[in-house]
Amino acid sequence: MHHFPWLTVVTFTPLAGAVPLALLPKRALNLHRIWGMFVTVLTFGLSLGILAQFRTGTLGFQLVDHAVWVRSLNFNYTLGVDGVSLFLVLLTTFLMPAGILVSWKLEHQVKNYFLAFLALETAMIGSFLAIDLLLFFFFFEALLFPMYLIIGGWGSERRIHAAIKFFLYTMAGSAFLLLGILFLYFLSGSQLGRATFDYRALQHLAIATTTARWLFLAFFVAFAVKTPLVPLHTWLPEAHTEAPTAGSLALAAVVIKVGAYGLIRFNLGLFPEASGYFRTLVLVLAVVGIVYGATVALIQSDLKRLVAYSSVSHMGFVVLGIFAFSLQGLTGGVLTMINHGLSTGGLFLLVGMLYDRLHTRDLNRMGGLAAVIPAYAGVFLFVALSSIGLPGLNGFVGEFLVILGTFIVTKPYAVVAVTGVVLSAIYLLWGYQRAMHGALPVAGGATNGHGNGSSGRLKDLELREYFVIVPIMAAILFIGIYPKPILSRIEPTTYTIVGCVQMTTNKGAPLPASNGPLSAESLRRLLCTSGGP
Amino acid sequence: MSLAAALPPIHNPAIDYHAIAPELVLAGAIFLVLIADLALPPARKWWSMVVAFVGVLATLATTLTLIGSDRVTFGGSYVVDDFAVLFKVFFTSVALVVLLLSMRYVRDGRYYQGEYYFLVLCSLLGMMTMPSSRDLLMLFISLELVSAPAFLLVAFRKGDPRSNEGALKFFLIGVLSTAVMLYGMSLIYGVTGTTRLAGIAASLATPVGSSSLALAAILFVVGGFAFKVSAFPFQFWAPDTYEGAPVPIAAFLAVASKAAGFAGLLQLMFVAFLPRADFWAPIFVVLSLFTMTLGNLVALQQQQVVRLLAYSSIAQAGYMLLPFALATTTNTALNKEAFAAAVLYILIYAVMNLGAFSVVLAMARESPGIMIADFAGLGQRAAYLAVPMTMFLVSLAGIPPFAGFWGKFFIFRAAIDRGGIGAWLAVAMVVNSVISLVYYLFIVREMFFQPIAEPVRALRSPATVTAVVLAAAGGILAVGFFPSLFAHFPPISTLIGR
Repeated sequence: MHHFPWLTVVTFTPLAGAVPLALLPKRALNLHRIWGMFVTVLTFGLSLGILAQFRTGTLGFQLVDHAVWVRSLNFNYTLGVDGVSLFLVLLTTFLMPAGILVSWKLEHQVKNYFLAFLALETAMIGSFLAIDLLLFFFFFEALLFPMYLIIGGWGSERRIHAAIKFFLYTMAGSAFLLLGILFLYFLSGSQLGRATFDYRALQHLAIATTTARWLFLAFFVAFAVKTPLVPLHTWLPEAHTEAPTAGSLALAAVVIKVGAYGLIRFNLGLFPEASGYFRTLVLVLAVVGIVYGATVALIQSDLKRLVAYSSVSHMGFVVLGIFAFSLQGLTGGVLTMINHGLSTGGLFLLVGMLYDRLHTRDLNRMGGLAAVIPAYAGVFLFVALSSIGLPGLNGFVGEFLVILGTFIVTKPYAVVAVTGVVLSAIYLLWGYQRAMHGALPVAGGATNGHGNGSSGRLKDLELREYFVIVPIMAAILFIGIYPKPILSRIEPTTYTIVGCVQMTTNKGAPLPASNGPLSAESLRRLLCTSGGP
Repeated sequence: MSLAAALPPIHNPAIDYHAIAPELVLAGAIFLVLIADLALPPARKWWSMVVAFVGVLATLATTLTLIGSDRVTFGGSYVVDDFAVLFKVFFTSVALVVLLLSMRYVRDGRYYQGEYYFLVLCSLLGMMTMPSSRDLLMLFISLELVSAPAFLLVAFRKGDPRSNEGALKFFLIGVLSTAVMLYGMSLIYGVTGTTRLAGIAASLATPVGSSSLALAAILFVVGGFAFKVSAFPFQFWAPDTYEGAPVPIAAFLAVASKAAGFAGLLQLMFVAFLPRADFWAPIFVVLSLFTMTLGNLVALQQQQVVRLLAYSSIAQAGYMLLPFALATTTNTALNKEAFAAAVLYILIYAVMNLGAFSVVLAMARESPGIMIADFAGLGQRAAYLAVPMTMFLVSLAGIPPFAGFWGKFFIFRAAIDRGGIGAWLAVAMVVNSVISLVYYLFIVREMFFQPIAEPVRALRSPATVTAVVLAAAGGILAVGFFPSLFAHFPPISTLIGR
């Protein structure tokens, strides 16, 4: 390792920070909070180092950290970053301080909460950076337990049910992932001479068509549960709704992104032919998810559940972009993952703040809040509009690219997907209207419905809450106005992935033709193994 | 002509005393425990545990001198090789742990302490000879030596009808299965004309091995061992027996006794009967599938923790049987891989399960019935038990980065290498792992998510039990992160392919 191990440091800073936290006395709540904040902010600061070191336009993985773990199995600790994973890592480290800050008022088992949170952050970052498939599996599984504890330990009424459902669904999916990984390992042993889990080496495998399709399914199930794709999404509304605010944030903004990330990295990257074979199926599931999630969101009276179902819809967009097999589609899909993390994560934070004030999430018991807490209402509208895809804010860029990328390939899917945009405007604005406008609820249900009615007035956003939400708003605005620095870093990687899939399957949008000295086949091989050692 | 002259002369085989030194030391310790029990006044009876502990330590030390040796004695029926030493070290270690766990439990329960430790050590002696036995008779004697004291130990809680019931079930089914197995062994001898495992293998490789008599004999022997390892359809004694037995004995049965059964089964199948793997491997497909599925499905219904662990250990036995189903007559490399996977799983399973039983034991002092609900709030009452317990349960489900993951990993790898039926078995095991997670999470849920009344009463666990819990937790973490430490056990496959 001849460079500074940025990736390792960023990945394990939260976990290392958890150790001193565990040793702090149990009663020193403020110390726990400040330390948690310190560690997450430090992690974010360090992750900016990755951004600074990242070389735009370089193909393959960068900043690779490598160490032998189990020599006899050829199992290595290998981390690397490319255009797809770069901003997902930054998104994670960017949002986690907000998660700590929004949990400031928590009184119940604060230390354990932050311990789980920091462990979760390491698992999330590691999932995006692992190049060794078994290592990826380790991180992927390590996501489950802290998330399970956070939902089950600090969630709302039906938290235990939701936590177990979350754990079992994702575990069931990932169990097949392990078999798929082992099968690849076995294949690499017979084809490459030495069995390996290294992603870059596994891209060189020549897998029989039928086998590849089975393997695609094994990986696909794991990631489709996580993403989630209809009909494997049923854990999500409950988990999102029951989780504490910061848990919903982590879940919506990052954990489910690991699923979509896995689809890009492993399904497209390792099984391009099978991806083409199953493309129609996945596209159908994606648009069904878009419309279904939006429709169900429309009829929710629980504000948090509404946001949860909007996630199903938005993740449908992401998958649509991924499987459109066009450069715009995939790039837009990756960007939509970031945007969704910011917008939906932001909405979950705002819903949590509202709940802290009203002790209800029921839209029927809200109304006229804009008059009482105008700053909150304004912020909520801003983030909601970004989620809807208002031009000038981040959501627009991502969704536009996805729809464009789909439209140039298969018009029908794009047409159906657009209805999702329309519906999202309806459910979010209608939800906003019900909560913020209109008459104040009868008998002051908002103010003394659940016992905090001692003071007649609700407090507007406080300074701490501004610190939570303003950075997210800034990011939303930045991406909306000037997405180029982000897109230009994502695109080289998505270019090779789309190029590989497109040349292998002849589906999707051909990339601009190259008149270089390479034959089509050697170009294809180059694209398909761009990260190759 | 006198009778003596008519018979062939009897040769006393030369005895390698170093090879049997651990067993000799242990036998000496057994007598010491008995004598100590006679001599000690009632208030000091617990000293017999100390005697037993020191005796087992000495046995362990003696065993360690045999590492790397390859000794054959008693004319080839008793062998000390890497495989045998590995298991001997393992059994003595487990016995040490069980002795530690027993001390407070047996003292507080006012059981007959001298007899208790005497019987545990007798059972241990059987376990020590088991992996060295390369002869049907020797195997049989070892197996009985393991089981017979266990029958008595299960009944040690005399005042409790469940203990009596469990012991009686254990005894009756045990005797029945022994009879079946012995019958099978006699048939084997009839067919092959030898009781040596290697000789049997040579004989079964000839057309003799295809006779229906030989196949029936294999079936009988497998049936007998299926009882020992609580495999389907001979599993139903286990939950009642574990529930009735003193908790340390339940742990002893679930871990050491089961491992001893597997040690015997491994030798029989992968040495003696290997030429007919084409016949018996499919039997193990069925055994493995049914055992794991049945264990897991029934475990879902349990409210009592020991019963839950009993069904879980049945399911785990199903996983351990899976590598047997992968055996082939031709592919030695694959057989080695399957064999090693089985051995590794048995060892790793032992650590996780011992840990889980130790936590249950710590709970048993305040709530002898030990329902799942009794675990409520353990996370707050005794985090030093709840966190390791979570690790054990998650590890049993096979989630990384704990040792259980690697246990499953090696079985999956062997299964996928085998291809065909192996891949499907791996899928079945994956599905089963997910099912098992459901009931393991029941306990985790109680420990961490159930609110309990303030003020929180701390749970005090005996120091020895806590030590075992923490050691086991450290062990599964260490194996989880550094599986390569254990990849150096060359051992595991020394039995095969020579």
